[in-house]
Amino acid sequence: MKTRVAIIGAGISGASIARVLSKYENLEVHLIEKAPDVGWGVSKANTALIHGGYDDDPEKYPMRAKLCIRGNRLWHQWVKELQIPHVWNGALIVATKEEDFDELEKLLERGHKNGVPEMRIIDRDELFHLEPGLTREAIGALWVPIVGQIGPIPAVIALVENAVANGVKTHLETEVRGIKVENGEVRGVETNNGFIEADIVINAAGLYADEVARMAGIDYFEIHPRKGEYYLFDDDVPGPGRVLFPTPTPISKGIVVTTEISGHLMIGPNAQDLPPEEKDNLATTEEGLREVWEGAKKLWPNLPPKSRVIRTFAGLRPEPTGGDFIIKAEEEVWGFINVAGIRSPGLTSAPAIAYEVAEIIQRDLGINLVEKEKWNPYRKEITHFFMLPPEKANELIKKNPAYGKIVCRCNHVSEGDILEAIERMKFIGVKTPSVDSVKFRTKSTTGTCQGSFCRPKIVQLLAKEYGVEPWEVTLKGKGSEIGIGDVKALLRGEEA
Amino acid sequence: MIYRFTCIVCPLGCSIEVEMENGEVLGVTGHTCPRGMEWAIEEVTNPRRVVMSVVPVEGGALPTVSVKTAEPVPKEKIPELMKFLAKLKLKAPVNVGQVVAEWEGIKIVATRGA
Amino acid sequence: MEPMPQISMLSYDVVVIGGGPAGMAAAVKAKELGLNVLLLDENDYLGGILPQCIHPGFGLHYFKEELTGPEFASRLAKRLVELGVEYRTAARVLEIKNYSDLEKVVIFTSPAGVYQVWTKAIIYAAGARERHAFEIGIVGDRVAGIYTAGEAQTLMDIYGILPGKEVVIVGSGDVGLIMARRFALEGAKVKAVIELMPYPGGLARNVMILRDFNIPLYLSHKVVEVRGRGRVQRVKVVRVDENLNETGEEFWIEADTLVISAGLIPSVKKLKKIGVEIDPATGGPVVNDRLETSVPGIFVAGNSLLINDLVDYVAEQGELAAESAKEFIEKGGIESRKWVKVRKGQNVRLIAPHYLSGDRDVYLYLRVARPMENVELRIPEIGKKLRLPVVKPAEMIRLKLRAEEIQKASEKLTVEVVRA
Repeated sequence: MKTRVAIIGAGISGASIARVLSKYENLEVHLIEKAPDVGWGVSKANTALIHGGYDDDPEKYPMRAKLCIRGNRLWHQWVKELQIPHVWNGALIVATKEEDFDELEKLLERGHKNGVPEMRIIDRDELFHLEPGLTREAIGALWVPIVGQIGPIPAVIALVENAVANGVKTHLETEVRGIKVENGEVRGVETNNGFIEADIVINAAGLYADEVARMAGIDYFEIHPRKGEYYLFDDDVPGPGRVLFPTPTPISKGIVVTTEISGHLMIGPNAQDLPPEEKDNLATTEEGLREVWEGAKKLWPNLPPKSRVIRTFAGLRPEPTGGDFIIKAEEEVWGFINVAGIRSPGLTSAPAIAYEVAEIIQRDLGINLVEKEKWNPYRKEITHFFMLPPEKANELIKKNPAYGKIVCRCNHVSEGDILEAIERMKFIGVKTPSVDSVKFRTKSTTGTCQGSFCRPKIVQLLAKEYGVEPWEVTLKGKGSEIGIGDVKALLRGEEA
Repeated sequence: MIYRFTCIVCPLGCSIEVEMENGEVLGVTGHTCPRGMEWAIEEVTNPRRVVMSVVPVEGGALPTVSVKTAEPVPKEKIPELMKFLAKLKLKAPVNVGQVVAEWEGIKIVATRGA
Repeated sequence: MEPMPQISMLSYDVVVIGGGPAGMAAAVKAKELGLNVLLLDENDYLGGILPQCIHPGFGLHYFKEELTGPEFASRLAKRLVELGVEYRTAARVLEIKNYSDLEKVVIFTSPAGVYQVWTKAIIYAAGARERHAFEIGIVGDRVAGIYTAGEAQTLMDIYGILPGKEVVIVGSGDVGLIMARRFALEGAKVKAVIELMPYPGGLARNVMILRDFNIPLYLSHKVVEVRGRGRVQRVKVVRVDENLNETGEEFWIEADTLVISAGLIPSVKKLKKIGVEIDPATGGPVVNDRLETSVPGIFVAGNSLLINDLVDYVAEQGELAAESAKEFIEKGGIESRKWVKVRKGQNVRLIAPHYLSGDRDVYLYLRVARPMENVELRIPEIGKKLRLPVVKPAEMIRLKLRAEEIQKASEKLTVEVVRA
């Protein structure tokens, strides 16, 4: 009989774990997520960096130090297997004062300790050769070539698609209400959609990992949300080629300046600690954004006028008690594994976390994992019209004319891309049609106009493919419907 | 009772005042042309508007056709007219200029085909 | 020249990009002038934004009759079809290449495939886009219920979807006011129109909408924040001082819908890519009196040139662009003995065209920076004076200059609006 595994949370951690556990034929893996789609929690809004692993002190944060560099190495492999959009452009930690070099030396040493390859300190000339747009006050930098950037939600989607192709079952819009524990062993998970039996429960619930742990009677840690805000600029605003950090201070890693993978200059985040009850507070604030702007200007003085901003957003990082990742099988409750407090560098560490969990299952729970004979490590990226050379596009259009019709004019996303995204949403079990689900798969609505031209068209396509009325299509799940009814709903005295 | 308007007859935008008593116009001031005066009196005694809306259509390329009233409608009747339009459902084909319904003698004309 | 990929090739005298009023008027005129013309539009239907502008107020100059947007569009489309103008809908231009003055390539995609069109001239009439909530610095929650006016209009008047029932509108320009009326007519409650400036931004006939539907107008106010879970629940409004800086005075309005009508920006990214010079004031290209951009043989008309109030002027620009394309093709270029530069004087915020030849009469399109009464529009270099009772930023001024007048200027002429 197979061992049943329930993973709570389909963020980057849960999705990575699901993928790795899908390799084993003696596991039946269930991936449970309360949102309508995967990757909509902590994974959604962050700096999207694959860190270098030089930053985490192995004395203070052994898990982070160990898993970050390991995760970085694994991502180099995973992005290829899963065709995840990425760029390996390296990071510069910039010094503007002589004493900053002391800190950079420390980072260099720590990096060596953690096993980070190819790092070195560069002088002013080399720095400006690499990044001519930097502040003239820069005097040198720590150069970390292995740093890169990926699309975090596309990564989660890729992982889940691959996991589902390898037999993982998803349960979306499924909120965990309780963990059933009998005789010190987990029995399963109670949800709004019924009971899911499980021999192993993996708590990868992000911001809510403390609440889920408490359902199993484990209460030694708390997660509090730390908000970070960002600006994103139009894609013709010049940004740096590498990821730029200021030299960290004891208080902060500082505001990052980078060109994200779609070519938009991005600056952020600040860090604001919120009370534990504000785990859904994703609002941007005037103060927070001002802090980001001022901070970024110190590194990148030529910020464009604010009118070139195309989006501001905020994300929450799950800060655990103690600051280190909490990844372990809990002894009091057999079968309950915490993967909690996965704050920065969580995105980087995710593949390593997944292997760590597999090891915990074997080592601590004593389950011998048997590899499948036929496990498919590959997943094909969705068609992006904008990436196709014209002759390739033409071949595709001949087979399916929808690929020739552009829906998102800013990013040249075709109707074919969108229909493919909808198919893929259905493949992983997305039940509620949302514009955001299409957006994260295709990049539609993320350009200069932010969707004012294409959103209504995407709504029509979602309505048709999901067989619902167009006003029932949501922006990002139930409660965010595009309309309240047909145009005469109020006059007839009805509304949806 | 004095009613004040910014005239819309031309870009001048005169501030016109109309003095009324018991439904009678006592005087008009502030206008600079007779058209402005006429407009202001009409605005007080019988304000009317062309009404535009969309109504659902079956079998068209788009789910709605746009319509307008063929003539201006007394302002106070507009909510009633909108309730009437809310019940309309059309079937393609509909041509631009086609009268798709009539309400209290006022023709409802399609302005976009389907 | 780089090797061309295996895609279908077409060849025309002129390609018109955009099937709105400017593009259709241009294509019709080009055909009438005997040019071999292809019109491309990305939508499934012709008309650009007009089919969703279901209110009257279009065509008084061009058709000498008051029409709604869809009616105006269908009349132009009818002419286009009658003349046998070739056009493609659902055809999106991907790239423009300028190899030489009379050799240009437009690459477009459509459900029939990707095409590469060789053409001698291009008339660019791709319209404008709307400024959105992020560009005007609104912070808070990114939730459903925030629409640009155009998006709300598409949802309502094309697709028949009612976006919400309690509405706050940002911007008292014509589009904002017209959407206020559409929401009110369909039974929604328009709770406020918020205007940054101390005066309303729309034409007087549209400002009347506020009175018709009892909609409060807050001048010198701005929306700074949106809050809500899933959907907009309330918006924060702050009063601004005479320098448009925020005062401490603020209040919240409960609403489920925020409609942003904060201005239009010419869609000219594809032109910028090939080096067309842009005027930061209009947001559109710098043009001469044939509406030719800084790249010879590329002409521009409509809201891609500058933001117009009246569709009639947009169509007029389209026709001029077509005449210019004809001249360009016949003579191998637009030549002039001299180009008189048009300069912005007092209280002129933007003006186009930017260079005048003096070989022909022209219309200057301009906007003032602030409202004034009893003014004189002057061009000192040529001794031109025109009395205007009132000028407003909301109302574009269209000024005819005769060729003889322009010839009087040597290098430049300055347009200013001063107290009479």
